[in-house]
Amino acid sequence: MSFRQNHLLGIEPLAPDEITAILDLAEDYVALNRSDNKNTDVLRGLTQINMFFENSTRTQSSFEIAGQRLGAHVMNMAMQASSIKKGETLIDTALTLNAMHPDLLVVRHPHSGAVDLLSQKVNCAVLNAGDGRHEHPTQALLDALTIRRAKGRLHRLNIAICGDIAHSRVARSNLLLLHKMENRVKLIGPPTLVPSAFAELGCEVYEDMQEGLKGADVVMMLRLQKERMDGGFIPSEREYYHRYGLDQAKLSLAAEDAIVMHPGPMNRGVEIDGTIADDINRSVIQEQVEMGVAVRMAAMELLARNLQERRAAAA
Amino acid sequence: MTTTLLTNARLIDPEAEIADLGSLLMADGKILATGAEAEQAAADHVIDCRGLCLAPGIVDIGVKVCEPGERHKESFGTAGASAAAGGVTTIVTRPDTLPSIDNPETLEFVSRRAREDSPVKVLHMAALTKGRDGREMTEIGFLLDAGAVAFTDCDHVVTNTKVLSRALTYARARGALVIGHIQEPGLSAGACATTGKFAALRGLPAASPMAERMGIDRDISLLEMTGAKYHFDQVTTARALPPLERAKKNGLDVTAGVSIHHLTLNEYDVADYRTFFKVKPPLRSEDDRKAVVEAVASGLIDIISSMHTPQDEESKRLPFEEAASGAVALETLLPAAMRLVHAGDLTLPVLFRALSLNPAKRLGLDCGRLAVGAPADLVLFDPDAPFVLDRFKMKSKSKNTPFDSARMQGKVRATWVNGVQVHGAEF
Repeated sequence: MSFRQNHLLGIEPLAPDEITAILDLAEDYVALNRSDNKNTDVLRGLTQINMFFENSTRTQSSFEIAGQRLGAHVMNMAMQASSIKKGETLIDTALTLNAMHPDLLVVRHPHSGAVDLLSQKVNCAVLNAGDGRHEHPTQALLDALTIRRAKGRLHRLNIAICGDIAHSRVARSNLLLLHKMENRVKLIGPPTLVPSAFAELGCEVYEDMQEGLKGADVVMMLRLQKERMDGGFIPSEREYYHRYGLDQAKLSLAAEDAIVMHPGPMNRGVEIDGTIADDINRSVIQEQVEMGVAVRMAAMELLARNLQERRAAAA
Repeated sequence: MTTTLLTNARLIDPEAEIADLGSLLMADGKILATGAEAEQAAADHVIDCRGLCLAPGIVDIGVKVCEPGERHKESFGTAGASAAAGGVTTIVTRPDTLPSIDNPETLEFVSRRAREDSPVKVLHMAALTKGRDGREMTEIGFLLDAGAVAFTDCDHVVTNTKVLSRALTYARARGALVIGHIQEPGLSAGACATTGKFAALRGLPAASPMAERMGIDRDISLLEMTGAKYHFDQVTTARALPPLERAKKNGLDVTAGVSIHHLTLNEYDVADYRTFFKVKPPLRSEDDRKAVVEAVASGLIDIISSMHTPQDEESKRLPFEEAASGAVALETLLPAAMRLVHAGDLTLPVLFRALSLNPAKRLGLDCGRLAVGAPADLVLFDPDAPFVLDRFKMKSKSKNTPFDSARMQGKVRATWVNGVQVHGAEF
C-alpha cells in the first residue's frame, strides 16, 4: 500500500488504497495530537507556505498547526491583501513563490481549477485547500476519518449529504471519496441547490428531506452561504429551515445511531438545530475539527516523502 | 493570357456533389474550364496534382483579426498568412475589435489594412449597434456603401427586442444580412460550461443548452415580424435544431452556422480545465455534437466557420472561469473538418458545401464553386496526410489552438486566390 501522488489536488485522482494510506497514518497523528508532546520532526527543514486567496480561519489554522507540529517552517500569505490586488496573475504569483523554494504549498482559491493550474508551474508539492466549487480534498479525508472512527468502517454505509450541493466543493470531494469507498450517497436539497446532473455522478437525489434521511448512518449537513439565502436560490431562510433544516423530527428518520456532521462554520437555526449540533451522542462536529489536523499532517507527510524521493532521484 | 492547367486532381464540386478525377484550367484569375474540356486545352503551365483533392477555397465567416486594438494578437498579415496556409481564400472579419467596427471610417481603416497586408481576400462585417452595446443601430446604409457584407454584434446579444426589431427592419429595407448569436443572456450569465455531469464534477458555473434554444426562438419571432435576412452564427445544440428547421420550412430567410470546434470536440475535452478549450458558447455534450454534425450533413446547418479568435498566452493562462474565450482555427479548420470525413459523417462535396459554397452564396459572392467563370480561388490538399500539430509552427500570431499535439489527417498543399498561388511549394 503506498501513496503515489505528487500533489493533493482532489479526491478524484486518488485510488482507494491511497485514501486508506492517508487515513491510517492520520490515526497515528490523532494519538500524537492527544499527547503532551505534540511535536515531531518529520518535516524538519522544509518550508510550508499557506496561500489563501479566499478568507479562511478554520482551514488555514488547521494547516498551520499541522505543519508546525510536523516541524516545518510555516508561512502564511494573505493573498487577498497582496500583489493579486496589484494585478499580478496567479501564474506570476506562483513563479515568484516558487523561486523561494518552498516544499509544500497549501492553496485556496475562489475559482475551480485554479490550484490545478498553479501546481503545473511549481516544483514543490501542492495541497488543495479548496478551489471554487471543485474540490476540498482534506475536508473529505477528515470527514472519512471521522466516519471510520465513529462507525468502525468506511464502506457500505448509507450517507446523506444535505444542503447547497451545487456550490459546495466539500460535497463534491465527499461524494467522490464515499463512492470510491463503496458507500451509498444520497444528496438532499431543493432542486435549485441540487442540480439533477448529480444523479449522473451516481448519487441518489432527494428533494424531500424526510425521504432522503431514511436509514441514513451518516447525516452530513452543509453550510448555506448567506448570499444565497434570499430569493436567489431559496425563497427565504425560514422556509429553508422548515424544509431542509436538521431538527429532531427529521433526524429521527435516520438510523438510530446516525451521526451528524457539519464542515462548519454552522448557521444554527438555518441548516441545523442548535441542540443537535451540541448533542454529544449525535454530533461529531468537534471531532471533525480534531481529525482535520491529523489528516493534514498525514497528507503533508506522505507528499513530503514523495517529494524527497523525487528530488533524490533527480539528484 | 497565361493559362494554368491543374491535371490529375480529384475535383471536389459541392454544387454537383461529386468528387471525381479531372482537370481544371484557369487564366486571368478565373476558372476557364473543368473536366474533359479542360483536358483538351493546351496550357502554358501544367501542374500534375497526383490525385490530390482540389476544392473551391474556403469562405470563412466570423474571423477575428485583432485590428484595430490588439494587433499583438493578430494582424491582417498574420491572419491572411494563416488563412492561406489553411486553404481559406476569403476571410470575413468580425467587428468585435477595440474599438468595434461600427462606423464607416473604422471600416475604411480595416479595409485599407487588409488590402495592404493580406494575401487572401478579406471582407468585413460591421457592428449592428454602436459599440456593440445594443442601444442604437449603426449607420447600416453608409456601412454597406463602405463595403460591409453583414451586420453583427458578435457574441453580444441585443437584449432589447425593440432595438433589435428596429435594426432588423431597417436592415431588411437595405437588403443587409444580419448575423446573430443565439443565447438567452440571463440564463447563461456567468457560465463557462454546459450543464451536465462534466460541469457538475468540475464545479464550473454552467448554463443549460436551453439558453440557446430560447435565443433562437426569440430571434425567429423577431424575423417573422420583420422579414430580415438572418444568419445564426453558431447552432451548437440538438434542442435548437427543430426551431431552425421550422423557420426554414416557413420560408424565413435564415441560415445557420456552426464552429469547427463544436463539430469536433465535446465538453469532456476541457478535461483538467484546459483553457484552450474554452470557447463561446461552451463546448457541448457528445449527443449535441453528433446532432449538429448530422445537421451539417443534411444541410439544415448551412455553414461551418472557424470562429478564429486569437488570444495571447496571458489571457489563457488563468483559472478557467477567468480565462478568455476563443480559439484560433484558420489553419486547423480543414484538417479538423477532415476528421468528420474520415469518420464517415460527411462526404467531401458536402463538407465543401458548408465550407465554401454556402457561405459564398449567403454573402452573394461568385466564389465557392468549381464553375466556369468563377474566380480561381482554390485549395489543393492531401486528405490522408497525417501529422501532429505543433502550435508554435502555426502562422497565426496567437497559438491558442485546442488541437495542439493532436494527430490530424489532411494537409493543405497549395492555395490560389484569383489564380495566384499564395501558399504551398512552387510547382
